[in-house]
Amino acid sequence: MAKIEVKNVYKIFGTDPIDVLPQVKEGATKEKVLEDTGHTVGLDNVSISVEEGETFVCMGLSGSGKSTLIRHLNRLIDPTAGEVIVNGTNVMQLKEKELIEFRKHEMSMVFQRFGLFPHKTVIQNVAYGLEIQGKEIEERNKIAMSQIEAVGLQGFEYQYPSQLSGGMQQRVGLARALATNPGILLMDEAFSALDPLIRSDMQKQLLELQSELKKTIFFITHDLDESLKLGDHIGILNHGRLVQVGTPEDIIMKPADDYVEAFVKDVNRAKVLRARTVMVKPDKFNGKDVKLSESYKVDGDAFIEEFLPKVLQDRSTIVVVDNKGDTMGYITEKELAISLTKTSHNESAKTF
Amino acid sequence: MIKIIKKYINYIYLILFAGLIVISYLSSKRKPDSVTELFTDFGWLNNFPKWLDAPFMVWINDWWRAFSAKYGLIFDAIGYVLLRAYSITKNFLIDVPWPIVVLGVVLLTFYASGKKIGTTIFVGFCTFSIGFLNPRFWDKAIETTTIVFIGILLCLIVGLPVGIAMARNPRVRNAILPVLDLMQVIPSFCYLIPGIILFGLGAIPAIIGIFIYACPPLIRLTDLGIRLVDKEVIEAAESFGANKKQKLWGVQLPLALPNIMQGINQCTMMALAMVVIASMIGTRGLGDEVLLGLQQLNVGSSLEAGLAIVLLAIVFDRITQAYGEKIQERTQPAKKKKAI
Ligand SMILES: Nc1ncnc2c1ncn2[C@@H]1O[C@H](COP(=O)(O)OP(=O)(O)OP(=O)(O)O)[C@@H](O)[C@H]1O
Ligand SMILES: [Mg+2]
Repeated sequence: MAKIEVKNVYKIFGTDPIDVLPQVKEGATKEKVLEDTGHTVGLDNVSISVEEGETFVCMGLSGSGKSTLIRHLNRLIDPTAGEVIVNGTNVMQLKEKELIEFRKHEMSMVFQRFGLFPHKTVIQNVAYGLEIQGKEIEERNKIAMSQIEAVGLQGFEYQYPSQLSGGMQQRVGLARALATNPGILLMDEAFSALDPLIRSDMQKQLLELQSELKKTIFFITHDLDESLKLGDHIGILNHGRLVQVGTPEDIIMKPADDYVEAFVKDVNRAKVLRARTVMVKPDKFNGKDVKLSESYKVDGDAFIEEFLPKVLQDRSTIVVVDNKGDTMGYITEKELAISLTKTSHNESAKTF
Repeated sequence: MIKIIKKYINYIYLILFAGLIVISYLSSKRKPDSVTELFTDFGWLNNFPKWLDAPFMVWINDWWRAFSAKYGLIFDAIGYVLLRAYSITKNFLIDVPWPIVVLGVVLLTFYASGKKIGTTIFVGFCTFSIGFLNPRFWDKAIETTTIVFIGILLCLIVGLPVGIAMARNPRVRNAILPVLDLMQVIPSFCYLIPGIILFGLGAIPAIIGIFIYACPPLIRLTDLGIRLVDKEVIEAAESFGANKKQKLWGVQLPLALPNIMQGINQCTMMALAMVVIASMIGTRGLGDEVLLGLQQLNVGSSLEAGLAIVLLAIVFDRITQAYGEKIQERTQPAKKKKAI
């Protein structure tokens, strides 16, 4: 059972969304609906399922509905149609009291524009979720302090948000979401305001957190590299429609349409593609002109980047092995050449 | 059902309006002998005809008579409570030696302004000057202050909850807004005189007048202040599972406080303006000094009294403003105090 399940969700903004819904269901585009009825289509038949312990990254251009989607998960927004199921509970059927309990314990959210309380100090901000949960002040300050340290803001705990820089404010928002230690984290462009150093540091921390605590994370970003680094699955939204969902490699190797392709065209493939993706199977491998004596073993999960120099400098053949050491396939210059060039999706799909 | 009503609402209005015209015609004493005359002699198109007179006056008078007979006791009770509060406070302040009152005002300003020396000295000086202008003014200023104070208290007790309710529910807002417009636009004597009928001469109708005149800005600014709070901040509170009460007291009200303080400040100024007008219906205080001076054509005396009112206004304004600024600093500290 998936941890988060979004089923055929539509969201239409405007005065009479129900009246406009049939038109949207019939496939009218966002522009047309806006022109005809003055309603904005936020989400158009979006279905997603996120497994427990995985990081789902949502990407898309500005206005494509990412923030709208994430707000459905904790029901800050009610869908016009469709279902949102979290942890087996249908979020739409929760009564007010149940919804409050659900939000207190199941998930927390990092906001795109931070959403910090301007009248509270950093430590009060970070402790807010715990305060709402009814924790004693000593306990919540202790937890809040450790989170503040984790995001590198020690010394600022008694400052007000307006006294901090944008990146520091974002880290306060991050610490606030982590402080309640929920099973699900909703992160709306949580790293967008950070400088590159802190950003990669935060990404690393998130990955560590993920491997230790197995959180389920719904992450929104504009940055493809970030999504490839963090995401187990990536979903791409365009004008409220989900155009593709897949693993990072899927997205790069088999972009569903021009929109996705435009997204991925500048990516550094060597950093993303793994050995098992680009290798040829032993039965298709023509081993005659290859000196297996100069071969080099790599793990199937290794990125191209890690063995690229070996192939190019030493002309070695790469033998891809699984975790038991059995050969799964081979990689030579030829495979690398195919997978690293920005070929059309049809062609690169062949290597798959 | 509601949808159907909405669809035909304009027709319903039209029918109601036509009905009103018919009723006006029927109840008019100066109508033509028969209806047919209207269609043969079109002279009534020249001047606005006497029979086209909606009988609101009669209705209101009937209603008023029934209303004051039925609820007179309640108003007596309200009047009694307000009068007791007024006379106790006033007598107390008049009995207290004036230096102690000045000292009290100084201390109040000092703490309300967050220990700003300049404001404190200025306010103390103004307070002293009210009596200094004319010793007779001192007790009168205290009467005026007490009326204003009780009026504002009434505004706060009613205005804050109403403002909050408006911010939370658009339907309540739509219902209340026209009432506020009415309260602000209607000339003050239109409610001061009925006030006299209900409560008798003196301080109480003035307090009621203050309430009607000065409460709308407080309500509006409370409503606006709450609605202007950043939506994402509210969402943040919600996303952690804050309930309505926690949201209101923990986030919305503190963030709306600068606006609410502005509302209280406005309320104070308007209350002061109202007590001066109320002197014309016999409310005692600084206003009647102005009136007295004017009646005796004593320009000096009425200007002196006018100046005393200005001083009183400055005292009120400085204290509430300074307190508002202090709160604002606490909730939204200025960037310049950055310690990075
Ligand atoms: N409260 C609202 N009322 C009306 N329209 C809205 C509302 N919120 C969002 N929209 C519309 O929904 C669409 C999606 O907005 P959303 O904020 O989800 O975009 P986004 O993908 O998060 O963009 P960005 O990357 O800029 O944050 C936009 O066209 C926007 O105009
Ligand atoms: Mg967004």
